[in-house]
Amino acid sequence: MVKKMSIKELEKKAYDVRIDIIKMLEHAGNGHSAGPLDLADMMTALYFDVLKHDPKKPDWDERDLFIMSNGHCAPVLYAVMAHAGYFDKKELMTLRRFGSRLQGHPERTSLPGLETTSGPLGEGLGQAAGMALAMKMDQQSHRWIYCMMGDGELNEGNIWESAMLVAKYKLSNVIGIVDRNNIQIDGTTEYVMPLEDLKGKWESFGWHVIEIDGHNIEAFIDACAMARAIVEKPVVIIAHTIPGKGVDYMEYDYHWHGIAVGIADVAGAPPKHDQAAVALRELRSLKGKITGDHE
Amino acid sequence: MSSSMHLAEDLYKKDVTSEPIRKGFGRGLLEAGKRNSNVVALCADLTESTQIHLFAKEFPERFIEVGIAEQNLATVGAGLAAMGKIPFISSYAAFSPGRNWEQIKTTACINQRPVKVIGSHAGLYTGPDGATHQMLEDIALMRALPNMAVIVPCDSVEAEKATLAMANHPQANYLRVARDSSPIVTTTHTPFEIGKAYVFAKGDDITLVATGTMTYQALMAAEMLFKDGIDAEVVHVPTIKPLDGVTLLHSVRKTKHVITIEEAQINGGLGSAVAELLGEHAPTPLLRMGIKDRFGESGQPAELLEHFGLTAKNIRLAAVHMLETNHK
Repeated sequence: MVKKMSIKELEKKAYDVRIDIIKMLEHAGNGHSAGPLDLADMMTALYFDVLKHDPKKPDWDERDLFIMSNGHCAPVLYAVMAHAGYFDKKELMTLRRFGSRLQGHPERTSLPGLETTSGPLGEGLGQAAGMALAMKMDQQSHRWIYCMMGDGELNEGNIWESAMLVAKYKLSNVIGIVDRNNIQIDGTTEYVMPLEDLKGKWESFGWHVIEIDGHNIEAFIDACAMARAIVEKPVVIIAHTIPGKGVDYMEYDYHWHGIAVGIADVAGAPPKHDQAAVALRELRSLKGKITGDHE
Repeated sequence: MSSSMHLAEDLYKKDVTSEPIRKGFGRGLLEAGKRNSNVVALCADLTESTQIHLFAKEFPERFIEVGIAEQNLATVGAGLAAMGKIPFISSYAAFSPGRNWEQIKTTACINQRPVKVIGSHAGLYTGPDGATHQMLEDIALMRALPNMAVIVPCDSVEAEKATLAMANHPQANYLRVARDSSPIVTTTHTPFEIGKAYVFAKGDDITLVATGTMTYQALMAAEMLFKDGIDAEVVHVPTIKPLDGVTLLHSVRKTKHVITIEEAQINGGLGSAVAELLGEHAPTPLLRMGIKDRFGESGQPAELLEHFGLTAKNIRLAAVHMLETNHK
């Protein structure tokens, strides 16, 4: 089992995870930057506090299930899994390389601990629903299924088909999490395909919505606890995040959605050969300054 | 006719017994559900049409109605399979795998989950519904997927056996079944195994390779050809992937003439599979009968078979012509 940490320790861990993400992306020479960085806080909270799991027994049959439907955010998933002890952190530098278990998008059969294969968007929530239906048939009510989705991913019709089904069958052990970072490849979400009123959309599909600051680890852990307590409806946590969180030149800029550090000159960013170094310097100095609201 | 195949006794009679192939699936699924409590069924608002209602009535707690949402049909199925269930997902083939092919590829095939895809109302036997509902490209679509077996039974009796075999098969599978009644060719004693082709009629002059409802037409054609003095061998191919190359090559090396017959696009279908096999291992004169790069249209199945040249008579003429041409 994973040792529980204080909120402050979790916040520091999230910055270690961000540092690894930058190193992995620089080494790989391609991949997505903004989403993995903005998910670092929630993903750290999931793997070090929220999820019931055991990195030494990835197929433990009592474990909670985590599904990363937005598979392009794989770097943050791999980083937290390595930090949690699923595999050696050295392996992180094999991301996207030939022969690596860390495929460009998560592939279940290549790495123990992954619950699904993902990448093509919109397919996680339906699989979460299938898992929950199976648990219901087998009368297992004590396991939770967390499904992380990107906000751009909500353009996919499959998501809303799944949202209807989860509500229909009252699969309240499915907990949806939406990374509301407002960007996708072609621009802001509201430019590409407006999602608002997003809360109203989920509510009208029969879900209970909790909105939080996705960088507030304590708020996220509390939201998960509340989601588990609500049984009459499935719950989705809309987590507002800053894309590229922690690296000043990436924050809020949709250009960083689908590219890695060090491969292109981007307006407002350091020259490409300096991008990784600047990002790492910034993350290391931020990590030293973290003090949560709770203190 | 090969006696070891135990084909239907009334097969060559005018009033041969007929039944929709999909009915065999429905019975097979009910039986699979009785034998294994992990078998579950999902449907996209076509419960009775796809014959999954038999299972749903007997095991309501193991039946999921996903509504008209085929993408979700596939992903929810994959989620159930992740927890050790054996999900049979059913809709019309035009929509599943027609609409949800990528979900099947990612969540069942790459993800290696044993999702059982049932494409009902495939081919011309869908009849009056017309081109949009006559799925002719399903074999090509599914044959392209790694970790996927493609099964096309010739009648309801074989469909029942195929369904039971699928419940015990570790991979994702595709089962193609038809809407309207078609002649029952086999009996409960006829052998069936996923991955095997069967010689339903022995002959030395030409090999007729058929799948689905076309196996009946090929057998009738062989009967006519016999009267013409031509000894045709009929190889029934209920599994198009993996293809039983041993059985096919054994026949082809003997007859040296091949016609494939299917009620689907010849591009990517059985005809392509056999052409690939022969091209690599035994180049042989080949004629592919089937739908030739066009869509279907409304009509009764018999009218459509006539229109597309897929009757026993058409096969007979093609065989005679092929042998004449090659012996000149």
